[in-house]
Amino acid sequence: MKNLVILGAGTSGTMMANHLVSKLPKNDWKITIIDQYKTHYYQPGFLFLPFDIYTTKQVKKNGEKFIPKGVNYIQEKIDLIVTDENQVKLESGTILDYDILIVATGTKTAPDEIEGMNGPEWYKSVFDFYTYEGAKALRNKLREWKGGKLVVHITEMPIKCPVAPLEFAFLADSFFKHKGIRDKVDITFVTPLDGAFTKPKATKALHYLLEEKNIKEVTNFNIECVDYENNKIIDYADTEVEYDLLVTVPTNMGDALMERSGLGDDLNYIPTHKATLQSKAHENIFAIGDATNLPASKAGSVAHFEAEILTENILRYINGEPLKEEFDGHANCFIETGGGKALLIDFNYNHEPVEGTFPFPGVGPLSLLKESRTNHMGKMAFRWIYWNMLIKGIHIPFVSATMSEKGKHFEEVK
Amino acid sequence: MKKLIANREIEVNEEGYLTNFSQWDKNIGEELAKEQSIDMTDRHWEAIDFIHEKFKKEEPLSIRGIKKSGVLDIKEFYSLFPGGPLKKATLIAGIPKPKSCI
Ligand SMILES: Cc1cc2nc3c(=O)[nH]c(=O)nc-3n(C[C@H](O)[C@H](O)[C@H](O)COP(=O)(O)OP(=O)(O)OC[C@H]3O[C@@H](n4cnc5c(N)ncnc54)[C@H](O)[C@@H]3O)c2cc1C
Repeated sequence: MKNLVILGAGTSGTMMANHLVSKLPKNDWKITIIDQYKTHYYQPGFLFLPFDIYTTKQVKKNGEKFIPKGVNYIQEKIDLIVTDENQVKLESGTILDYDILIVATGTKTAPDEIEGMNGPEWYKSVFDFYTYEGAKALRNKLREWKGGKLVVHITEMPIKCPVAPLEFAFLADSFFKHKGIRDKVDITFVTPLDGAFTKPKATKALHYLLEEKNIKEVTNFNIECVDYENNKIIDYADTEVEYDLLVTVPTNMGDALMERSGLGDDLNYIPTHKATLQSKAHENIFAIGDATNLPASKAGSVAHFEAEILTENILRYINGEPLKEEFDGHANCFIETGGGKALLIDFNYNHEPVEGTFPFPGVGPLSLLKESRTNHMGKMAFRWIYWNMLIKGIHIPFVSATMSEKGKHFEEVK
Repeated sequence: MKKLIANREIEVNEEGYLTNFSQWDKNIGEELAKEQSIDMTDRHWEAIDFIHEKFKKEEPLSIRGIKKSGVLDIKEFYSLFPGGPLKKATLIAGIPKPKSCI
């Protein structure tokens, strides 16, 4: 009996368990999946939780429910990967042997990386919304906040779902308008990048949104510290931005498990072959989702595309066939723009976000790079799709793992 | 496009970054620095050396990487190349501007 072990039962790990259980011969392979938490969080919902658009119940469920029968589920913290022995050590001391290892431990926030961030004002006037705890604390704060300077801030790149902070600013604009206190709130978006969007094309096409919503922009801001005593953030060039309420996205890092096991880069991400998803250091270790160092967006939709290709490659690896070099960095994401509208963008390693329609070329129904109500409905429907299809590994109709070039207006990225 | 730097015709992109590193030498770096109102000192060159090393190893450059460089800290990096240190230093070093990540 051989062992395939999946580390992490988040979006990617759960998808892989569902894909592989029906593909690997049951008599030859035992599949085990491990996660430290009982709860599976719907992270895209953390964007909506602070504004009371989603309830806490809508963003968390019992993780084991999504693990298929026939897969061995262990709820425990993973302590170490011993690559020389092909073994995984759990916190309790349990040792698991593996023939194939899939690392799907994701990425998480590291507020300790910046002086003063995780200090006495954490969850008082300084918040994140990338964790369940942060999003919920922020919801409670926003329920009673009377207005002032709201600063939405990105600490450093890369972060998962890179557009989420901007969406947060858009939704905040809507939220305060609704509450009738928009005139009492000053919104500033602070980013280490050249502009609000991570891709030049998207920046150009979407800048009007910031102007329309009266959101100020501070760019090229590399934060040095949070001066929580004087309510300001300070960068290395000594630029200061004052806040009354700071909503930051702390540094994102892979789990410290990678550092302990000698498998990660500077940010604890696993060096991974970008087209095959095999780790660079060991041929029987594969990586998927946010845990990789791929130059693709860290997003659930990307993990979904990767899962289809990785499943195929695991089967090929087992059969001793060459791996398929297919993953092209395909990502698509909805960008919530507030007021019940959203945009959809679609891109990969080589193509910038494009204008066109998705998934049916030229017809739609979702429009790329244009704001529409249908896109907003799409974003809302994504929660249902996530819990009922995506993590269960059910193929989403009309959406393919590699990017379709039909019906899109392209410009090659050099 | 072509640009005349230190009396030589050099290939650059719209933003003035060299597109062919083999055309780079210290004189070119010095000239490019002048255009940014920077007078190169030994410390500047040590920073550029570090950047070249990373570039040759195909390792991505980031502010975080500078912190871990052991060559200089971020504060000094900013004081050497005021404004946008990574952008200016890579321009002077004759390598592409770091991708602002995805
Ligand atoms: C605010 C926000 C909005 C987002 N919006 C979108 C969106 O609109 N669309 C989209 O596609 N994506 C979105 N995302 C991104 C998406 O949620 C992630 O990209 C996706 O969940 C990645 O899946 P993953 O399996 O790689 O990592 P995760 O789902 O984070 O799973 C990693 C798992 O590994 C476990 N783990 C880690 N280390 C250990 C250890 N040492 N021991 C045991 N277990 C461990 C963790 O407990 C976790 O369950 C958003 C994310 C956030 C935070």
